[in-house]
Order: sequence, then structure tokens, then C-alpha cells
Amino acid sequence: MQTKALPRKRRIKSNWAWALLFVAPSIIGLIVLNIVPFGESIGLSLTDKQTGAVGVSNYVRLFTSDKYFWQSNVNTFLFTVLTVPVGVFLALVLAVLLNRKLRGRSIYRAIFFLPLVCAPSAIAMVWRWGVFNSKTGALNQLLSLVGIQGPAWISDPHVIMFTIAIVAVWASVGYDIVLLLAGLQNISKTYYEAALIDGAGPWQRFRYITVPLISPTLFFVLIMRTMNAIRQFDLSFMFSQDTDLTFRSAQTLLYQFYRETFMKLNANYGSAIVVWTVVIVLIFTAVQFLLEKKWVHYDQ
Amino acid sequence: MEPAGIVRPSHTAQTAGKPMRALRPPRGGRERNTLAHLVLILCSITMLFPFLWMLLSSFKTFGESVKVPPVVFPSEIPGKVLSGEEKFSYLFTNYQFLLQKITYFWKLYGNTFLLIAGRIVCAVVTSSMAGYAFAMLEFPFKRLLFAIVLLQLMLPSQIFLVPQFKMVLSLKWNNTVLGLIFPGLVSAFGIFFMRQFYRSLPKELAEAAYLDGCNQWQIFTRIMLPLTKTPLMALSIFTAIFAWSDLMWPLIVNSDSQMGTLSSALSKIQLMNTVFRTPHYMAAALLAMLPMIVLYILFQRQFIEGVAQTGIKS
Repeated sequence: MQTKALPRKRRIKSNWAWALLFVAPSIIGLIVLNIVPFGESIGLSLTDKQTGAVGVSNYVRLFTSDKYFWQSNVNTFLFTVLTVPVGVFLALVLAVLLNRKLRGRSIYRAIFFLPLVCAPSAIAMVWRWGVFNSKTGALNQLLSLVGIQGPAWISDPHVIMFTIAIVAVWASVGYDIVLLLAGLQNISKTYYEAALIDGAGPWQRFRYITVPLISPTLFFVLIMRTMNAIRQFDLSFMFSQDTDLTFRSAQTLLYQFYRETFMKLNANYGSAIVVWTVVIVLIFTAVQFLLEKKWVHYDQ
Repeated sequence: MEPAGIVRPSHTAQTAGKPMRALRPPRGGRERNTLAHLVLILCSITMLFPFLWMLLSSFKTFGESVKVPPVVFPSEIPGKVLSGEEKFSYLFTNYQFLLQKITYFWKLYGNTFLLIAGRIVCAVVTSSMAGYAFAMLEFPFKRLLFAIVLLQLMLPSQIFLVPQFKMVLSLKWNNTVLGLIFPGLVSAFGIFFMRQFYRSLPKELAEAAYLDGCNQWQIFTRIMLPLTKTPLMALSIFTAIFAWSDLMWPLIVNSDSQMGTLSSALSKIQLMNTVFRTPHYMAAALLAMLPMIVLYILFQRQFIEGVAQTGIKS
């Protein structure tokens, strides 16, 4: 023991230097790229572009005189409500189906995951011009075969957000399936065997075994999906330009941030929007963590 | 098949009489597998349809692409090739038209590749080192420094965007590959992810090497790093997918079309609807997707397992 005590003390000292050397690139990078910018963004949002005065003028303008801003909030909220529950539910159902001993399940899984390796802008392009376009799109052409006049998926302001939501769910369901499937495979088979002995039916097994034991993964997927939905930009950007009639119904918070900052070149006003978006994301996340105790079980 | 709705929680006599039940596989019979296949096949068709339609449409004439009832298989362009009226290369006429108008399309592949490669290298190097230190070593302010990592992880990345863009401008890195890589020089997610992995390794490994006279750098590079091939692969795939799909940053930082990524260039190509028609768009989307889809088909297992790992660990 005594022979070991001496080098240990010396080691700790020399470890300090090594450890700091190891973390230095990352920490310096994080401070320069993230921590300082975080403060700077908040500072920008609290500065008026015209007068340079410090205050809440950008926020006042946002909340009192910007009609687009409220519309962006509504649009973002609608997108979140349309995509998160449906997407996560679909993913759970498909993951449960894939968790059986099925022939070709790795092929199914690979197919569902395919959109994840395609850039959203490429996906949006295919859906916008190939599938949903009212003239050249496959969907309305197919619907017309059975005598249905499909809606103007791309150009109707009332429909556009539903269109975007369909694409979003299609594009992300594979990711959720992969995560949930990994969670499902961790559930010990003995639970199901015990339940079968007790005569539990398929629904009961799903409700009382699968759901509680998958709940930590489900919770993670829900949080991630909600955060991503609130920050949606790509699909709205690809499906609607400011010259389109649908623009007002398609613009999300971050789309407006992008336009104010980089097209209208008012970084101060744009920063106020992005700070607001972050606040919303954090509120939603906090609420979900509060509800977590009610349904998430970590006892396995 | 199952006595659904009849729950007999503690009737030992009931179950004792049927020992075979426990031996049966816990999940469903043949009929329910058929139903599962049916649902999964329907969903698979929905997943694959846009891709197939894109492929087919990229070989259609504009006339064919707008026809009602729809034309499923292109016939005009292949027809001309088959009848000998046009050369074989005419088959790709939509692609040729696109590449004639967007002469820099090939450059986009290079930009995208360099962006992905650069971000992977940065994430792997910095995250490995920091993850190792946070998991295995003791040093002052460890908790505070790790809080910085967590803070970055918690905050949506868009809040860093404007100041990061200003930095790139002042460094004159806009419209360069360095500018594209810039926000990914370090990866808080990578640090966190690698730390989780290093925590699962036994500390005795490092101690033994230390007693053998290795210094920390040697312990890290010779003993620890080789053990992390799997998580580093997962981190690389995660970083690649993320960089590949990013749209806003390349749009902002490389406004010069030639210096964009495939992702950002497509959003600009889409606006040229006086030049391009649906078949051209389909060709553009297909060309942009192709390299990653090929990689995905080759390394399908690594892709999916990598994503599953990054998801669970975080």
C-alpha cells in the first residue's frame, strides 16, 4: 500500500496538466463559438438597430405591431401539434411490429430509415414538385384516377402546413423507429412470458409491459421531436417563398428569424425572435420534464 | 387466439395445467405476422414511393410529367434512344440540361464532402480528448467546465448563429469551406457522447498502464483510443448526417452559389422555375441524394446502429 501512495499523489498533479490540455481545445472552442455568442445574441436582441439604444424595443415591436410574428407562432404551434403526436405514435406502432420475429425486418427498418440520409431540401424538392404539385404531382394525378379532385397541396394557404407536416412525419419516422426499437429490444422477454402465463392479452401486454418499460426512450423521442418541431425551418423554407400566397401560413418562427436577420438585415430584431424561440423550446421541455414523473418509469 | 380480456392474475392451478404455454414464443402467431407484414409493406411503399417517382420522373419529358392520367414509366425519351433516333446519352437529357445550367454542380459535391470530412475530424479529435478527460481524470473546475458542455447541449443552436456568422465575416471565411465547417469545430454532443462511453471503461486499464510507465498521452492514444472505434464510428455518422442535412448555415455563410453545399444549392435551384421543369428538379434531387444513399446501402448496419447508439446515450 505504501509504495502505491506516493506515485498516486504525484500522478494527480501531473494529471491536472494533462487533463486541462485534453479539454482545452473543446472548452476554448465552446466558449468562443457558443458561450460568448449566446450572450451576444441576447445583447443584440436588447439593442435597437436604428438608435443603438439599449432596451426592449425589439420585443415591444414583436409583441405589439408585428402581425407576422403572431402568425409565425401559430404556424409553429400547428406544425408541432400536427407532427409530434402522430409521428411518435406511428413510430411506436411500427417499432412494436418490427420487434417481432419477422422475416425481412432489417429490410423494413432500412427502408424506414432511408429519408434520414437524404438532405431535407432534396426531400422537399421531390415532394413539392414530384408528389404534391397540383399539376405535375403524382398524388393528385393518382387521385384523379379514382375521380377525386385533390386539394392544392402547395398553393392553398389552408392546406400548406398539413402538407409540410406529412413530409416531416414521413422524413423523421424512421429515426424514431430506430430509437424505439433499440429500447424495445432491451425489454427482457421474461416479462412477456410471465404475462402470458397470467393470461394477459396483446393489448394488456402492450399497455402494462411495453409502454412502461419503453417510457424512458419514448420520453426522449418526444422531447427531441418537440424541440425539433418548434425549430422547424428547412421544410417551410423549401415549400413556400415570400412571393407565394401560402407564405403567411407556412412561415415558422425560425423562418421569420432567417428573413429578418439575413434578408431584411436586421440582426437585432432577428435575435429577439430567436431568443423568443429558445424561451418557447425551454418552456416546452420544462413542462415535459414536469410531466415526466407521471408516466416515465426508470426502474429497469 | 389469446384469451384477451380474461386476466387470471394468481390462479396457479390454471397455469400449472398448461406448461406448454410458457414455452411458446411470447409474441403472436402466424396470422398476426401476416397482418404485421401487411402494415409494414404498406408503410414501406409509402416510404419508397417518392424515391421511385423521382427516379422515373427524372427520365420523363415535361409533357409526360404533367399528363393526366399519370404516365408511370417514361417512354418518350427512352423510345427515341431505342429507335436509334438519338444516341444513348440522350437518355440522360434532363440531367445534362441541369448540369449545363448549373455548371458548378460538381463543385457542390466537393464542398459538401469537405464540410462533412472537416466536421468529422474536428468532432472526433476534440471530443475524444475532452470526453476522456471528463470521464477518467480529475482536474480543477471539472464540474464548471462540464456545465459549459451541458449548456451548449441544452440550447438550440440557432441562438449562436448571428454572432458565429459575424465571426466568420470578420475572419473573411465566408464563401470558403472553413466557413462551412466553422460551427462544428467543436461538438458538445460529441464530448458528452464520448464521456459516456469512457465512463463505461474500467479505470484500472489506465492505472495499469500508468504503473508501466506510460504518461497520460500514451495511455490515451495507445490504450484508450483504440477501444473507442465503435462510438467514434457512431459519432462520425451522426456528425455526417447532421452536416449533410444542415440548410440554414450554408445558406447564410456561403451565399456564393458555387461555394454552397448540395443541400443549400437545391434550395436555390428550386427557385429557378422559369428554367427548370419537374423532371429537371427530380434529376437534381436524385443527383444530390445519390452519394449518401450509396454510402447508406453499403454501410446500412453502421448507419442505423450508430444512430441508435447516439440516441440512447444522450
